[in-house]
Parts: sequence; structure tokens; C-alpha cells
Amino acid sequence: MVSTTHHGRMRRLAMLWRIRRILRKGGKAARKFMPVRSPASNLIYWAVIGFLFLPLFVLVFYSFNAGRQAQWQGFSLVWYQRLVMDSPELWRAFTNSIMIAGGSALMATAIGTLAAIGTTRYSFRLRSTVATLSFIPMILPEIVVGVSLLVFFAGISLKLGLFTVWIAHTTFNIPYVYLLVSARLEESDPSIIEAAKDLGANEMQILFRIILPMALPGILSAFLTAVTLSLEDFVITFFVTGPGGTTLPLYIYSMIRFGVSPVINALSAVMVAGTVLLVYPARNFLKVFAAR
Amino acid sequence: MKQRAGFLYTLPQILWLLVFFLAPLCIIIAYSFLKKGLYGGVEPQFSLEAYQAMANPSILMVAWRTLRISVIATILTILIALPCGYSIARSSNQAIRLFLVIVPFWTNFLVRIYAWIAILGNEGFINDIIRWVAPGSAGIQFLYNQWAVVLVLVYMYLPYAILPLFSTIDKFDFTLLDAARDLGATRFQSYTRVLLPNIRSGLVTAGLFTFVPIFGAYAVPLLIGGKDSYMLGNIIADQLTKTRNWPLASAISMTVTLSTTILVFLVALRKPKEQKWVFDADPSAAMSAAGGR
Repeated sequence: MVSTTHHGRMRRLAMLWRIRRILRKGGKAARKFMPVRSPASNLIYWAVIGFLFLPLFVLVFYSFNAGRQAQWQGFSLVWYQRLVMDSPELWRAFTNSIMIAGGSALMATAIGTLAAIGTTRYSFRLRSTVATLSFIPMILPEIVVGVSLLVFFAGISLKLGLFTVWIAHTTFNIPYVYLLVSARLEESDPSIIEAAKDLGANEMQILFRIILPMALPGILSAFLTAVTLSLEDFVITFFVTGPGGTTLPLYIYSMIRFGVSPVINALSAVMVAGTVLLVYPARNFLKVFAAR
Repeated sequence: MKQRAGFLYTLPQILWLLVFFLAPLCIIIAYSFLKKGLYGGVEPQFSLEAYQAMANPSILMVAWRTLRISVIATILTILIALPCGYSIARSSNQAIRLFLVIVPFWTNFLVRIYAWIAILGNEGFINDIIRWVAPGSAGIQFLYNQWAVVLVLVYMYLPYAILPLFSTIDKFDFTLLDAARDLGATRFQSYTRVLLPNIRSGLVTAGLFTFVPIFGAYAVPLLIGGKDSYMLGNIIADQLTKTRNWPLASAISMTVTLSTTILVFLVALRKPKEQKWVFDADPSAAMSAAGGR
């Protein structure tokens, strides 16, 4: 209790301090140009960045190695050549990944967007149940989702393969789409819809000319998030896949398990470069993304 | 009319999740109470055998190991992520600093696991350096133990912790720290008494988004840890695909599910008064989890 009142007093004084500071320097500017007085946290930050990038550098380094072993035996592009010319299975897995990512993201975006519109615009009896039901898949460990889907597919004797992978990916994508699109819709101004109604717009016009355009940024970011999640997933796919349903992460997994070929270094280096090229133009968007 | 319209919009999602999420979950709940079939599958006969089998010391040991690894990895991750998030929030170039955290995070999960094998393995990067410094020395095996698992788990889930911590610290008013210092607090006190209580929701989300996936980890203990570092996820998979004891796999899955769900609800519901719900308050946290599946 003592600490609470102490805390409260500190807060009040802090307010006064803040007001004084704002008067003197002007709010945002003061905050932005305040010198950073914590070299320790900067040091830790850069150490962590080093830690995070170390594996990526090691991969890129080895991808240019002429030898099969880890020891450096001179510069060579042989593994890149192999990657492009001589890895048909890898490219099949890549194609599968793209198809599954695109297909499941489309399906999940369609389903999740409709549901988001339904729960933000209308109130009905099952509304909060829908919200909870959509939230639970996100907090379950992936392994449980994978195992339960495998048991389910076995139960209805559905043949495992690309189709079951697509179902699984759509399932884990739906909650994220729903969350992102509803967040966007909740931010938008409901009076615009009222205004449209007053001006005589019908339900269809309101949906296609008002709500969907308003939700578009949310729908796009939901779609992209779904594509990323799908491309990335290993655990759930591992359980629900079957013949012909190998995705890129599964292919990399089998390469790790059954004899590593240095082609994997070249592939990884290409994927890291791809990530950088995709993320860098969006770097200013990241702040908005992370700090919403 | 309005009632029905809202329901119709949500109908596809309700149906999809009922069929492909809730039904499978109910099936494994049911399976965990059935008798094991001879060649996989189940016999339609009520039994508590699966839950009795869970009391097996070898499974209890794995459960304890899973809990220990998850707690240690989560604490380490938060301790490292906290100053990182702070440093990003106070930087004048937040976009670049976030970008540097995101790039490794969006690099494929398995590629990153493979990279750690290439670093720690017998023929790996570190041993390469050791052999270069001291020719003829036998390599050291850094892989296949629990510390390697903890190291790689911390590596994998650091961004999950950094992003929500950054977004809450970014909303924090740093002049409060100056005020605390003016009032005689030491720098350390200003962090523990002013900063930490104000970013509680970020700490909670960061903790949840690290602990839950680590608790259900499968790929990292399998590829980095080997048999002696198996976690519950690996036991579930083995019981399902190798030993073919589906009721036991279901029972362990149920236990993992229940314990994480209870944990999430306990932590999320122990909210400070002004806050509605941890995830409502901070949707970015859920989104940062999105990048990593």
C-alpha cells in the first residue's frame, strides 16, 4: 500500500515535470531528440542483432564453399548451379508451397473477412462465441492442431496429400485473418455507413462500396500474413501431409535428416536474400505494423 | 433481419472451424478415453489406460524436462528482449532497428534450425575454428544436449518477445524516468519501479508468446536435441506415428492443451483494472506471433 501511494505521488510529480518539459521544448520534438542515455541497452541490442544474424552469415559463407565438408576449400558457385539446374524435387516442393500458401491465404481471407464484417457490423446471439472460437486456435500449441487434424483425417479416411495440407493451412490462417480484419473494421468510423444509408445506399452497395474498401488495408495485410504463415509452417504440415504433398519446409527437413547436401546452404542464402529484399522496402511500414 | 445477416456472414467461418478445428479436438478428447487398437487406431471401449500410462516415470520425466526447458528459455528470452525493446523504442531510427530484428525472424524456421546445426555440429563452424586454432584437436560436440535446445529456442523466440515489448515501451513516456531520477531514485530503481510496472501488459504478452510455443516445441528438440532432450511434443509424435498408441498421444495432447489454455486464461484474466484484455490491448502481439509459425 505504501508503495502505491508513493507511486501515485511520483506519477503526479512526473506529470508536472512533463508539462514543464513540453512548455520548454515542445512535446514530440523534446521526446524525439532526447539523447539516448542507456548505452547498456544499445550494447545488448547490437549483441542480439549479431546473435540473430550469425547463423544467416554462416549459411551464406558456406554456400560459396567449393567443398562438401564444412572446411573452407575455396570460392565456388557450384551449389547455386546445382540449386537452379539440378534439383527438380526441390522445385516441386517450392511450387507446392506457393500453391498452398496462395490457396489457403485466399480461402482464409474470404472466410475470415466475411466473419469479421459479420461480428463488427451486426450483433447477434452467437457473436461472442464466434470471437472466442476464432481466438482459441491461435493459443493452442501447433503440435496439438497437427495431431488432432491427422486423427480427424484418418477418421473420415481422407487421403493425406496436398488437399489435406490446404485444409490445415486454411484452418490455422483463419483466426489471424479474422483478428486483423476486425481490428481494421473496428478502427473505421461507423457514421460513414449511417451516412450512406441515409443517402439511400442498399446493403450490397454498402458492402462493396463502403465496407470492403474501408477494410482493404486490413484485408491485404491479413492476406500477406496468411501467405507468410503458410510458407513458414512445418509442424502442422508434417502431420497432415502425404504423397505428393511435400512443401518446401518439409523438403528442407528431409534434407537435414537424410544427408545434408550443400545445396541447402545455397537455397538458404537465396531465401535470406529474398526475405531482405521483400522486407526492406516495407521497413517504414514495420513500425506501424509492430506498434499498432 | 439484422440478426440473420450477421449470422450469415459468420456462417462459413463457424462451419469451417467446427469441422476442421473443434471436431478434431473433440475426437482426440474422446480417443484419450478409449482403448488402444492393436495396429494403431482405437477400440470403441471406455478406458482410463491412457491417463494411467501417462503416470509412467519416463513420460513424467519428459514432462518435467519440458516445463524446465520452457521456463528457463522464456526467462532468458525476456531478460534479453527487454533491453532490446527499450533500445529500439528510444532509438531515433526505429524502422531500421525493427527491420534488423524482423529479417532473421522471417527467414524460414527450418533454415534457421539448419544454420544452428551448421554452427554447432561436429563438422560445424565453431569446430572449424577450433581445428584451425589448434590443429589435430578432436572436435567438441555442441549439439544434442539440453543447453543447445535452450540456446536455439531462445534464438527462435527472441523476436516474439522483442516486438510486443517494443510496442509497449514505445508508448511509455520516458520523461517519467527523468522525473523518478529527479525525485531521488537510482537509475536501477527508475527502471524497476517506474518502467516495469508501466509495461506490464507487454511483459505478459511477450511471456505468453514465448512460453506457449516453446512448451509445445517439436522441431527444435527433434533436430537440435536428440533423444535425450525430447520434449512432450516429440513424445506425442512418437506415440502417434511410431508406437501407434493413439489414446496415449491424445491424452498427452489434451494435457498440453489444457495446461496452456489454463495458463493463458489465468495470466490474461489477471489484468490491471483499466485494461480490458491483454490481446485486445495489444493486437500487435498476436501479429508478431503471426510471422513465426
